[in-house]
Amino acid sequence: MEDNRPLEDNMPFENNRGPADHSHIKGWGIDADPKNDPTYPMKKRTNGEHEGYTWERPTQQPVNMEILHSIERPNVTAVFGTAAPLRGLSGAIRRMAFKNSENVYSHWLPLIMADRVDMVEGIIDDFKHGKIPNIFAEKGYVAEWNYNKTGLLARVAIVAGITAAVVLLARSNSRD
Amino acid sequence: MLAMNYRGPKRVRIEEKPMPEILHPEDAIVRVLRSCICGSDLHLYNGNVPDTRVGTTFGHEFVGEIVEIGSEVTKVKVGDNVLVPFNISCGKCVFCKQELYGNCHESNPEATAVGAIYGYSHTAGGYHGGQAEYVRVPYANVGPTIIPPGMDLDDAVLLTDVVPTGYQAAEMGGIQKGDTVMVFGAGPIGIMAAKCSWLFGAGRVIIIDKEEYRLEFARNYAQCEAYNFEEIGDIAVFAKKTTDSLGADVCIDAVGAEAAGNAMQTITGRKLLLQAGSATALHWAINCVKKGGIVSIVGVYGPTDNLVPIGNVLNKGLTIRANQASVKRLLPRLIEHVQNGIINPKALITHRLPLEEVAEGYRMFSNKLDNCIKPVLIPPSAKI
Repeated sequence: MEDNRPLEDNMPFENNRGPADHSHIKGWGIDADPKNDPTYPMKKRTNGEHEGYTWERPTQQPVNMEILHSIERPNVTAVFGTAAPLRGLSGAIRRMAFKNSENVYSHWLPLIMADRVDMVEGIIDDFKHGKIPNIFAEKGYVAEWNYNKTGLLARVAIVAGITAAVVLLARSNSRD
Repeated sequence: MLAMNYRGPKRVRIEEKPMPEILHPEDAIVRVLRSCICGSDLHLYNGNVPDTRVGTTFGHEFVGEIVEIGSEVTKVKVGDNVLVPFNISCGKCVFCKQELYGNCHESNPEATAVGAIYGYSHTAGGYHGGQAEYVRVPYANVGPTIIPPGMDLDDAVLLTDVVPTGYQAAEMGGIQKGDTVMVFGAGPIGIMAAKCSWLFGAGRVIIIDKEEYRLEFARNYAQCEAYNFEEIGDIAVFAKKTTDSLGADVCIDAVGAEAAGNAMQTITGRKLLLQAGSATALHWAINCVKKGGIVSIVGVYGPTDNLVPIGNVLNKGLTIRANQASVKRLLPRLIEHVQNGIINPKALITHRLPLEEVAEGYRMFSNKLDNCIKPVLIPPSAKI
């Protein structure tokens, strides 16, 4: 008779350790070193850590755009990324978030909110530049169609069904 | 040049963007030959990481050719083929001197907890990443490492993150000979962590996931036991039953924010964003490890709160170790392992896509379509 109980029920309370010979595993134990306990990074500590913010700093990248920096550090780092400058309402929210330290929700939650606002600003920006975002392509639905046709069709059917139900409900309410 | 462009949660496209420029005397510009989509990119893709701005290019795993250097770059030259560690590190600050290259204090102005990472939100420095034809590489005297002659580019690109992160996960576990190691997550990092656990002398390696194709891959690639958590009932009971009723010596969380398997975590984390993703795998690791054992975390979480059983950490006297991999520190040993055939990174690559199909690549990887383990993107200008 087939035993359908979860695997754990069929297991005894014992170690099912395999044979002690691991020679079939290439490289077994090659990096074992009992001296590595505790290991990196503790073994690399020196007195340098007690000297604080005193190292010879790299050349400063010119700060010619608005760069937000954590209030837990005194300055902008020697280099920084310039991927997406602050803009619009999302930028204003981000500025507000950076008045608080990394230690508090009032830093992180506004940033998450700003990301959502930024997404809407991105769509508006696309339209401003005469570009209609191709949501189907951007969400990679071509791959979904190629490898999970049934799942995709099922999801489309569910959304269509819910939409149709909402429309019908709204119409029947408006007749009342 | 062509580059991936993030437009909001689950929306990316390929677009023409301006060429990157030298902005600092230690910068280099790299023509990308290979880049990967990483499991941790999915945290960005799903909108879980704060300050992921529309218009940025993701991609922290890439290799390429140096095409331009700043005035203070001396360690690499134009024409060199380099693998670029995912951490951006100055090499001078107190943390870099300690070889904590993932914690550099001179590369990420926005946060003090984490160093900078290519294409990983403004919380990680605001740099564009390598899912593009060209990319700006700061501190080119520190990070970029010349690809040894004869090394396959597909091997090299996995040395930028996957191999070092998996290796460091095992290293942080402080594995002693004969230890039982339990790895949560059979994505590329989890599989590599399982593989590397043997190198530190593990006596038994168990990997846990819910995708059968990943488990099968892990069994073959990492020669470990692989179990589907949907079939084993209560995972803590399972862990105790299979380890002399004590628990594993070392547990590795190789999942992070996208973990499945706990409805409460999924709703509060992945859906409502009230905590930094779903801490399910970490929760399980803490509860499956032996008292006095070590939990090693390489799964990426966002910076906000987590529902983590920290009380059990105290009660069990656990050591928790976690970090972004210190790629540069580990590269010499790992290059040796690849050259000696101990590790075969490129075997993880299941999909090779043109950069132009980046949206499909993300969808495929995120939704685990077509048995995808690791996708690699090849820009049109790579010409190979």
